[in-house]
Amino acid sequence: MTVNELIEKTGLEPLCIPCPEREISGVYNCDLMSVVMSKGFSGAAWVTIMANINAVAVASLTDMACIVLSEGAAKDEVMLSKAKAQEINVLMSCEPIFETSLSIYNALKNA
Amino acid sequence: MLSLSYDLHIHSCLSPCGDDESTPANIVGMAYVKGLDVIALTDHNTAQNCIAAKEVADAYGITLLCGMEITTDEECHVVCLLPTLEKALELDEYVAKRLMKVKNEPAIFGNQFVMDSDDRIIGEREHLLINATSIPFEDVFPLVENMGGVAIPAHVDKSTTSVISNLGFIPPDCTFKTAEFRRLSNVEAFRENHPYLRSCKIITSSDAHYLGDINEPQNFLHAKENSPEAIIDALLNPRIIE
Repeated sequence: MTVNELIEKTGLEPLCIPCPEREISGVYNCDLMSVVMSKGFSGAAWVTIMANINAVAVASLTDMACIVLSEGAAKDEVMLSKAKAQEINVLMSCEPIFETSLSIYNALKNA
Repeated sequence: MLSLSYDLHIHSCLSPCGDDESTPANIVGMAYVKGLDVIALTDHNTAQNCIAAKEVADAYGITLLCGMEITTDEECHVVCLLPTLEKALELDEYVAKRLMKVKNEPAIFGNQFVMDSDDRIIGEREHLLINATSIPFEDVFPLVENMGGVAIPAHVDKSTTSVISNLGFIPPDCTFKTAEFRRLSNVEAFRENHPYLRSCKIITSSDAHYLGDINEPQNFLHAKENSPEAIIDALLNPRIIE
């Protein structure tokens, strides 16, 4: 399933989608950068509350498909401009991390 | 007591997120031009550019506190200020052994240049410096104080990488007496929710990653004299509770 299809299926709010056709390989959760850096995986939809430029850098380093800001994490304009420059997709949800992740998981399972 | 203008949280080009123009010599020169009495060089998890900064600061006659901003195990940032370059380098060695070994990708995170006092690149740090160390938050304070320095929780009003953003509270066993804020206008609200801060002296520094962001001489602290030891003493044992 691509990031674009995920948006259609789940209604997640797109904040910055430079690569809409990127394939999603699974869901990943974590809010500590140092852990994400070693455990994040290629193609992941990373559900987190970390709305900052370091999140973009880590998503780029680990080749994730998209960052999904949950819990209505504050939109950060600096983060979004960095995401655009690094070609990292960023989506948003007002739901908690578990519910957000579950909806992505279900969308992937039923794809 | 002397009234000293300060900026005690400045990053150089050694921090990956620090601008390459922020060389130790440029930082000290900028502080001198602005008329700051005392500055601190606090790169992420390293004090290696303090060697060059100290040389330039001595030449300009500006007080430099050598230090670093430690990333704790919980990814809380803590500004650590040491009385001498030697002590800062001792802490550097301690922290280097406890830093996660992830290779820096300069294209993504930025360069990590070690400079000499003439703006020449003399080295580059291989492992990403903004990463977490294995040092727990509460251990930083006695660690630094035992070396004659002071540790200060950084930007406690920031929504990421602060003790409050990452732990949700100030651990009850804490003993720090000074806390750093990004904006003084946030102090009252934070004191309301975290009464521990009422017993703390509050300081505010630039956390500059670019030369232009270094503070003007607009914030002052009071110390017996303009020396690293006296400034550390003023932050460790604040007499004036605001």
